Amino acid sequence: MTHLLEVENLEVRFALRFGDLTAIDDISFHLDKKEKLGIVGESGAGKSVTGFAIINLLSKPGYIAGGRIRFEGREISRLSAEALRQIRGNRISMIFQDPMMTLNPVLTIGTQMVETVLAHRRVGKAEARALALEKLRKVYIPSPEKRLDQYPHEMSGGMRQRIVIAIALLTDPALIIADEPTTALDVTIQAGIMELLTELCETEEMGLILITHDLAVVSQVTERIAVMYAGRIIETGYTADIVAHPRHPYTIGLINSLPGLRQAGSRLEQIPGMMPNLTAIPAGCAFHPRCFLATPECRAARPELVAVNGGRQWAACHRLELTAGRNLLHH
Amino acid sequence: MPNPTTSLLSIRGLVKHFDISGGLLDQLTLEKGRLRRRRTTVKALNDVSFEIRRGETLSVVGESGCGKSTLARTVIGLYPPNRGQVIYGDQRIDHLTARQMLPFRRRMQMIFQDPYASLNPRMTVARILEEPVIFHNPGMSAAAAAEKVADVMDQVGVDPKWADRYPHEFSGGQRQRISIARALMVDPEFIVADEPVSALDVSIQAQILNLLMDAQEQRGLTYLFITHDLSVVRHISTRVAVMYLGTLCELAPAASIFNQPRHPYTQALLSAIPRLGEQRSRHIRLKGEVPTPIHLPSGCVFHGRCLYADERCRQEVPTATPLGPDGLVACHRVAEGKM
Repeated sequence: MTHLLEVENLEVRFALRFGDLTAIDDISFHLDKKEKLGIVGESGAGKSVTGFAIINLLSKPGYIAGGRIRFEGREISRLSAEALRQIRGNRISMIFQDPMMTLNPVLTIGTQMVETVLAHRRVGKAEARALALEKLRKVYIPSPEKRLDQYPHEMSGGMRQRIVIAIALLTDPALIIADEPTTALDVTIQAGIMELLTELCETEEMGLILITHDLAVVSQVTERIAVMYAGRIIETGYTADIVAHPRHPYTIGLINSLPGLRQAGSRLEQIPGMMPNLTAIPAGCAFHPRCFLATPECRAARPELVAVNGGRQWAACHRLELTAGRNLLHH
Repeated sequence: MPNPTTSLLSIRGLVKHFDISGGLLDQLTLEKGRLRRRRTTVKALNDVSFEIRRGETLSVVGESGCGKSTLARTVIGLYPPNRGQVIYGDQRIDHLTARQMLPFRRRMQMIFQDPYASLNPRMTVARILEEPVIFHNPGMSAAAAAEKVADVMDQVGVDPKWADRYPHEFSGGQRQRISIARALMVDPEFIVADEPVSALDVSIQAQILNLLMDAQEQRGLTYLFITHDLSVVRHISTRVAVMYLGTLCELAPAASIFNQPRHPYTQALLSAIPRLGEQRSRHIRLKGEVPTPIHLPSGCVFHGRCLYADERCRQEVPTATPLGPDGLVACHRVAEGKM
């Protein structure tokens, strides 16, 4: 069976004056219809670059240096600009963090939506407008007819993000990539947007890639996650399993450092140091300088992802035998 | 009167409005053929009162535009209030001149959200840290100041041998440590922290929260902590104040506000926190959107979105009434015993 999206051994590099920087180093994952995958990590882990690479939005000096990206059974990482246009913004839509940056401030919502439809479909303006109205209703915008004639600044942040989602839906995409879609929004608004995205995956039969730094959000929305560190996936598998029994020391540290889980007022467990710069990724396991389990082997050889927990999760660590049998949610 | 043995700082009936109407020409509008002048004011704080007790961490939470940052800045004297009082110990400080304010400035310090914007890029760390001590202790020798710098840097976990470097040479987490060091340099007793960990990654955030908790324990500090991150609040707070549209809704000890929120807005806000490992959030959906602080609703500011509002809520502004020994709640329904 072919998956909706299959990424195999993807490698992204940035060509700089002093040589190439590897931003994404040999990552693989897949996604099916109606499935939700979370890509989690801290700033600089490579999660946004992964999203951009899928729809080939990498701008110079970034380029795809290796690997395959198959979407609906077709290789899309080396398409011409024209062929790519059939897919990007059409079969695959992307939603960004800041709706004020995505929406054009000097055009009405209606103009922007009609424009998008006309770029991808051979329909008349009236038909495009009707389609826009239909999508605004889908994202629960109150009085959508009125909203079509308004400008982005006349709306709240949550409303704008709903409009961005409505625009993403205009072409009936099979896949939505959402890059930190609620990071700029308040929690009550965030809860509503996440609920909407979850519902749309079901009703519109779409796949969703949710890129975020927020483990709690990911754990509520997605079925599977991939945890990234310094350009690699270091742990992946079913969300519920990873959240309950993380096996990679970085995932363990990340979950332990969340304030919500511990006794109030107690010291938070902290991961010493910080994520390495891409110019100076440590040899062996990139996490070894910060790891409480590191051995000489970790400094010498890079661990590959191996199946644990009966194949429900995969982790890239030399010392997996030491991280078995912990349940972080029940301290 | 607040009891000065337990209360470090109290605010009473604090009101802060910002006039955003611009110049005279911007204010003029034509209405029914007549030229009229209209002013536009943002009503950021409306009659807020509470006290901060010695040694506690009082967190103020709320969504964007609820007035929490304005509250922090008014408390520390960066904004003069339009009405109301700020009382530090037993002395009113909101109307003091800059000179009269000096001794209080040393006792109160502030930490800001963005460590990229709040450290002067043209000063070395040593100079950034020296400046407040030398300002407040003019007779201090250079050697004594340098020793103090090294001492405090050590306490916040930044190697003192980096004192001659500039802020851009440090990561975000390190910079926030330097901001904390700057606040600690004058040995304050009260620190206002406005979103101090919001710009940081999770693993770094834990380091900074631990540092803040350690400093509090070692120095007996009192914190006014402003944040929108409710899991951070739950972890570090003694008591929590919830604000909505410039008004205090509820104030209660952290454990009781999270276990048994009373105000309908608090209930909705807390139900929306994403929790790790919970399959689907069961959040309370509020109707409508937050109104603008330019045109405040009549009666209870929350009535338009409240699931329990009735006629009284639309007409009458609820006052914050004591709830137990440590709390306040401003809701007619709660006062009537119906919540």
